[in-house]
Amino acid sequence: MSVLIEGDTNVIVQGLGKTGSFHTDTAIAYGTRMVGAVHPTKAGTTAAFRGATDPSGVPGRGETYDVELPIFGTVAEAVGATGATASAVYVPPPFAADAIMEAADAGLELVICITEGIPVADMVIVKRFLAERATRLVGPNCPGVITPGQCKIGIMPGYIHDPGRIGVVSRSGTLTYEAVFQLTKIGLGQTTAIGIGGDPVNGSSFVDCLALFDEDPQTEGVLMIGEIGGTAEEEAAEWISQSMTKPVAGFIAGTTAPPGKRMGHAGAIISGGLGTADAKIAALEGAGVVIAPTPTDMGTAMVEAMGQS
Amino acid sequence: MKIHEYQAKQLMAARGIAVPEGRPAATVDEAVGAVRPLVDASGNPVVVVKSQIHAGGRGKGRFVEHPDLGGVTVVTDGISGGIEAAEARVRALASRMLGSTLVTVQTGEEGKKVNRLYIEQGVDIDRELYLSVLLDRAVSRNIVMCSTEGGTEIEEVAANTPEKILREAIDPAYGLLGFQAARLAAGLGLSAEASRNGVRFMQALASAARELDTDLIEINPLVVTKAGEVVALDGKMSFESNALYRHPDVLAMRDETEEDPAELEAGRHGLSFIKLDGTIGCMVNGAGLAMATMDIIKYFGAEPANFLDVGGGATAEKITEAFKIITRDPAVEGIFINIFGGIMRCDTIASGVVEAVEEVGLGVPLVVRLEGTNVELGKQIIDESGLNVVSASDMKDGARKIVSLTT
Repeated sequence: MSVLIEGDTNVIVQGLGKTGSFHTDTAIAYGTRMVGAVHPTKAGTTAAFRGATDPSGVPGRGETYDVELPIFGTVAEAVGATGATASAVYVPPPFAADAIMEAADAGLELVICITEGIPVADMVIVKRFLAERATRLVGPNCPGVITPGQCKIGIMPGYIHDPGRIGVVSRSGTLTYEAVFQLTKIGLGQTTAIGIGGDPVNGSSFVDCLALFDEDPQTEGVLMIGEIGGTAEEEAAEWISQSMTKPVAGFIAGTTAPPGKRMGHAGAIISGGLGTADAKIAALEGAGVVIAPTPTDMGTAMVEAMGQS
Repeated sequence: MKIHEYQAKQLMAARGIAVPEGRPAATVDEAVGAVRPLVDASGNPVVVVKSQIHAGGRGKGRFVEHPDLGGVTVVTDGISGGIEAAEARVRALASRMLGSTLVTVQTGEEGKKVNRLYIEQGVDIDRELYLSVLLDRAVSRNIVMCSTEGGTEIEEVAANTPEKILREAIDPAYGLLGFQAARLAAGLGLSAEASRNGVRFMQALASAARELDTDLIEINPLVVTKAGEVVALDGKMSFESNALYRHPDVLAMRDETEEDPAELEAGRHGLSFIKLDGTIGCMVNGAGLAMATMDIIKYFGAEPANFLDVGGGATAEKITEAFKIITRDPAVEGIFINIFGGIMRCDTIASGVVEAVEEVGLGVPLVVRLEGTNVELGKQIIDESGLNVVSASDMKDGARKIVSLTT
């Protein structure tokens, strides 16, 4: 078991630029069931992916492959022809919001948007659009979602993951890799790792993902990685203390971040005295979350949390 | 991206938002020349001389060179002395303010040089209010926020009298609806003429926020005049950087002299850099990891000199540029490079670091922590380079090493 994606999830890709093509290739190498692509001007042709280009040289399922993905003009056509339920969006920022809404309109269950740099106002519209639909959005500005050994949608390096017992949810990319790597080394592995992204307006929240992991029978604990800005971690703390039945460990980045400065991520900013790391850490500790004192201690914090429960 | 008050008011005026008339002035003569047309237009002999810098608290701020002088000065000489007296006073003020350094609560001790003034009509103030449009992340919408406590920092109002802050969320499909604006106007105690003007003002401001992709418009104070007009006495606008591509007119208002030169330089090379006050330079891939690296340096007792995210696709060229920017800071006593190479390979990073050190030179200790794809190859490249670089086994080890090497 896992959350969001599994080995039999059929996935399409929206956006076949350099990044989209590269990561479609690494997804196929990992064993993800990529079934089609959407591109407005290349409809009717195919995109060829031949041989493992995963730079780690460690393809997920080992076999070499020779895949021709059919390209459709619209998401609706792609869904109709392939039965896909999930989409990976690599469309450039000016068009990404529209791509997400098109995917939702076509009835996809899950849309994972990797694109960084979507205007906030566009995401405000996306959020309103999705409020009336069943589609779940992950991202944007995120590494994606991976269920180790089964399905990888996004830009994360597959080989650092290992099928296991911990659900990972994070606002950061490389910090997630750090966490996943520690969980793999420590032998806990991951059920699913979800990057919810570093933007101020995004799809799935910490609370959404915590709820999914809490219901997933295979997930035994959750490691959540937050950062300064907004109140998503405080909302998570509230939810954990009310509803979470499984142990949670966490790390919050940005203890030393100065107020009023955007720390790389569009959403990582302390404004009006709100969104500090200290406030988030206090809220999470108050909810019983074991907070790692440094990012090197995320794996051991998870072990500690598991031991306490 | 921030712009100056005078630019924000130009954008507002063009959208039917009431602002006092004013003229920017980069020279003393321009400042003096602004007085007569402004007084003629308003019939009010009072003008205001306002320093234009990208920081708030100007009124209470003081010039380094003229400790008796504030950043905003109301000139009343015209009331009894006529226009000539007002002009003479503006000349005296402008010659002291232009080129001087203004220190406010928001500029830091070093202050900001005033290169431009804004000469504005005096306004007959009845009440001072607060009004802003900004993103409320909790509801994923822009909100209009207002308060009767004009002239006070909104953070202070939020901390002391949160009940005095009124909010309405803006549905992106409809904009700020009339009844919402009327509800805010009533909450602010506006009546009759002022209420009608307030509603119009708020709806126009909400539309402007949407049209211009602002991340903040703050009017503090928003004033109600004795005649019931509702006017933006101050105006602060900043823009959402992801959306600037669709606003070339706004982008043209950028004033790079207001920005940190190192941050500007980094931006040109696609690096995300923020200067901090510490002594340990950091080079990291990924924003979250970069923040966490700063935190771990602090955890071991030192202070980071910067935030620097080289991004996912860091090339040797980018690493060299990042290295140059870090080493240019005289406060830097040591450098910690912390890379988790996922898609980015550690051997590429290592080659980049070696190239950078060879090109730029290395006068301070350097600790490199590499993890991820081709990590052994990366470490080998560093070890065989013959450079004075210390390898770290993990982030904690690296942070501990760079702190002990510099203290």
